[in-house]
Amino acid sequence: MTYLVEMKGIEKRFPGVHALKGVQFDLNPGEVHALMGENGAGKSTLMKIMSGIYSRDGGEMFVDGKPVSPVSPRAAQDLGIGIIHQELSLMNDLTAAQNVLIGREPRRSFGRLDEPALNAKTAEIFASLNLAMDPRTRVGTQTIARQQLIEIAKALSYNPRVLIMDEPTAALNDIEIAELFKVIEKLKADGVGIVYISHRMDEIKRIADRVTILRDGAYIDTVEAADTPLTKIIQLMVGREVTQNTPVIPDTSQNQVALEVRNLSRGKEVWDVSFDIRKGEILGFAGLMGAGRTEVARIIFGADARDRGEILVAGQPVNIRTPHAAVEAGIGYLSEDRKHFGLAVDMTVRANIAMANLVQFTSRTGVLNEVAMKETAIKYIDQLGIRTPSDMQAVRLLSGGNQQKVVIAKWLLRDCDVLIFDEPTRGIDVGAKSEIYALLEDLAAQGRAIIVISSELPEVMRLSHRIAVMCEGRLTGILPGGEGTTQEQIMELATQRDSALSVTEDVL
Amino acid sequence: MTTTTVDATKSALSRIVVAGTHQRVLAFASLIVLLIGFSIASPNFMQTSNMLAILQATSVNGVLAIAVTLVIITGGIDLSVGTMMTFCAVITGVVLTYAGMPLAFGVVAAVLTGAVCGACSGTFVAKMAIPPFIATLGMMLILKGLSLVISGTRPIYFNDTPGFSEISRGSLIGEVVPSLPIPNGVLILFIVAAVTAYILNRTVLGRYCFALGSNEESVRLSGVNTDRWKIAIYALAGSIVGIAGLLIASRLNSAQPALGLGYELEAIAAVVIGGTSLSGGRGSILGSLIGALIMAVLTNGLRVLSVAQEWQTVVTGAIIILAVYADMMRRNKTT
Repeated sequence: MTYLVEMKGIEKRFPGVHALKGVQFDLNPGEVHALMGENGAGKSTLMKIMSGIYSRDGGEMFVDGKPVSPVSPRAAQDLGIGIIHQELSLMNDLTAAQNVLIGREPRRSFGRLDEPALNAKTAEIFASLNLAMDPRTRVGTQTIARQQLIEIAKALSYNPRVLIMDEPTAALNDIEIAELFKVIEKLKADGVGIVYISHRMDEIKRIADRVTILRDGAYIDTVEAADTPLTKIIQLMVGREVTQNTPVIPDTSQNQVALEVRNLSRGKEVWDVSFDIRKGEILGFAGLMGAGRTEVARIIFGADARDRGEILVAGQPVNIRTPHAAVEAGIGYLSEDRKHFGLAVDMTVRANIAMANLVQFTSRTGVLNEVAMKETAIKYIDQLGIRTPSDMQAVRLLSGGNQQKVVIAKWLLRDCDVLIFDEPTRGIDVGAKSEIYALLEDLAAQGRAIIVISSELPEVMRLSHRIAVMCEGRLTGILPGGEGTTQEQIMELATQRDSALSVTEDVL
Repeated sequence: MTTTTVDATKSALSRIVVAGTHQRVLAFASLIVLLIGFSIASPNFMQTSNMLAILQATSVNGVLAIAVTLVIITGGIDLSVGTMMTFCAVITGVVLTYAGMPLAFGVVAAVLTGAVCGACSGTFVAKMAIPPFIATLGMMLILKGLSLVISGTRPIYFNDTPGFSEISRGSLIGEVVPSLPIPNGVLILFIVAAVTAYILNRTVLGRYCFALGSNEESVRLSGVNTDRWKIAIYALAGSIVGIAGLLIASRLNSAQPALGLGYELEAIAAVVIGGTSLSGGRGSILGSLIGALIMAVLTNGLRVLSVAQEWQTVVTGAIIILAVYADMMRRNKTT
C-alpha cells in the first residue's frame, strides 16, 4: 500500500542548529497522525518542509508514491497539502472572507472582485465549521481564538488532501475544540490525511490514530495511539530527563519583597493582575499563547502604558512610565525576541555588553574607555561561560545560547534587582538550556528576584519556586513549585476562561 | 436565523460607515473649518473665481497624491513621482513637438512612460528586494537626469499642438453649463480619483494593495505571486503620474525639465493629512483628495490674507505633524 505522504531521511540545518537528523514520517488517507515532541524537537520544521515553506537539505519525499519536492507553499497546495500555521498569519486590515480566500478571490471581468460571492463562499465554509461569524468582520477586531478559527477555515477552503495542524487548539476553548474535532472527524471520513501537532496529551488520545515522536531533531518512534499509554509517549518525548525536573526550593519567605504589583490592567490584554516576588525567588509565568504574560512584563518594564494598577519596588511605590524609569528602579527585561530588541547583532560582544551602561565607560570629555569595556566584557565572558573566540566577535556569529548569555551579561552590568526573562531558552539547543537554567538559579541565589515567562511547561516546572498561571489576561492562580504541582493543574488554570466573556463575544 | 442575518448586515453596514468616516472625518472637518475661517477673514476668499483657482491648484498635487496613496497602502513609499511627472511631460514634448505627432499620441506616451517607470521601481522593490525608499530615491534622480538630458536642459513648448493647453485649462463642463466653468484639470482629477478608488476597493489589484501592506508574508504564503502584483501596483501608480505630467505640461504649455523635485513630498504630505497610514494596510483615495484640498486651501487662504509665502510653508509643515498626531491619538484609543 502506498502512503498519501511519505518522508524519509529528512535533513535540515540552520546556522548553529542541526534541526532535523534523518527524520522519517508517513501519512495514510483518512488518518490523524499526531507529531509529538518538546519545543525545538523539530516538529514545525518537518511540517514546514512538507508544506513547501522550507526546502530540505537531504532526504526524500513522496506523494502517492511519486517523488516530489515542493519549492513553495503554492507548489505544496497544488499537491493537496495545506497547513494551519502555529503563529497566526492573517492580514489584520482585511475582512475574514478576504483573508480566507486570499489569492483565489471570485472575479468578474477586468479583475473586478465579486464581493457577494466572496462572502457567500466564506459563509459556507464557516457554516461547515459551525462558526457563527460575519464574513465581513475585520480580522484585527477578533480575539486570538476566533482568528485561529478563521485560519482553519482558510486552510479548509483549499479542499486539501493533507492538512497539517500546528497547535490548532492552543488558543481555543473547550466548545471550540469540540467543534474542531467534529470537523476533523468529517475530514477523516472524506479520506483526508491529517498531521496533528499538539502539546496537549488528552487531545492525542481523543483524536489521533498514530503518534510519531521526535526528540532534538531525531526520529524516535511511531506508535499506535489506542494501545500506547500516555506515560510511555511522554517518556519517549523527554528521554531520560523525566525524573530530574523539579527544582530545589530555598526558603525565601523571610526575604524582602523585591517587586509587588497590584491590580495591573491594560485594555483587554491584562486584567487586574496582582502578585509579589521576594529576593532570591524564581517566579515562573505559565499560560497559553496570548494569555497576557508578555504584556504584564512590558507594563512592569514601562514599555506599554497601564490603565490601572500600582508597581512597588522594595516596598516603595514607583511611577514607571518608560523602560528608562524601570531600569532606574532596578528592573531589567530580557525580551523574547533577542534579535529585535535585545542585541545589536552586527556589533561585537564587547560593544553589546557595554551598551546598556555606556555612561560608566565614558570619560568626562565624552570619549569611550575601550580598555575598561574590554575588562568588563572578559569578566562576564568568563563568569557566564560565553563561548566566543574573543570579545571582539560579532554577536550574530554566536549560537543562540551564547547570544542569550550576552544579553544576560548586559543586564547584570546594570545591576538590576529584578530580572524578567521572557522565553529565555527559545531557539536554544538542549545542552545550552541547562546552562541558562543554572545561570538563572545562580542569579536567584545571589539575591535577585527572577521572573521567568515560558511557554514550555517542563521549563516552568523545572525552574520555578512558585508558578503564576495566566489565562486571557487574568492571573488565574499561583501554584507552589516542586513535585507537588502537576502539569494538569497548571493546564487547568491556563484554560480557566471567563465563560461570560467569550459568550458575549460570540453574540457580537 | 433571519434575525441574526439582519443584525449582522446592520452591524456590518454601521461598521463600514463608522470606519469609513472615522478615518477621514477629521481631515474633512479641518477642511470645512479652514473654508469657514478663511471666508470670515476675507470676503474675497469665497468668490467663485477663487474657489476655481483652489481646485485648479489642487489638480496636479491631487493626482500625484492618488498615485502615491496606492504605493503607501502596500507599505511602500514613492519618492520618484515628482521627477517622474516631469519625465512624462518631457517625453510627451518629444512625441508632440519634436516628432510632430497628433495629440492622442502624446497622451498615450505620457501614461505609458509613467507605467514603464513605475514598473521599473516596482521591479527594483519586488525582484531585487531594494527597500522602496531607496529604489524610488534612485528612480527620482535617474528620471531627473534623463529629463535634462533628453530636453537638452531647455523647456519644450507645445505651441504647435493645437488643443494641448485645453487638457488642463479648457472647460468641458463650462461649455455645457456656462455658469460653472470648472477647468478640465479639475474634472480629470475627480475622474482619476473615482476610477482609482474603484480599482482600490473593487478589484483584485486593490485588494492586494491592502493585503500586502497588512501582512506581506501571509499573502506570499497563501500562494499569491506577490512580486508580480507589487510591480503592477507601482506601474498603475506610474501611469497616474503620467496623467499628472500631462496636466502640468498643459497648464504651463511646456515641459519644464528642471521642475518636479519637491512635488513628491507635497503629495506624500497630502496622503498623510488624509489619514493613510505610512505603515501600510490602511488608507483611502478620498482621504488623499481631501488632504490635497487642505493644502491648496491653506496656501490660497493665507495668500488671500497676505501672509508671506515663507510662513505658508511653516504652517503646512505644522499641519502635517498635527494631522499625523491626531491620527495616532485616534488609533491608540480604538485599539
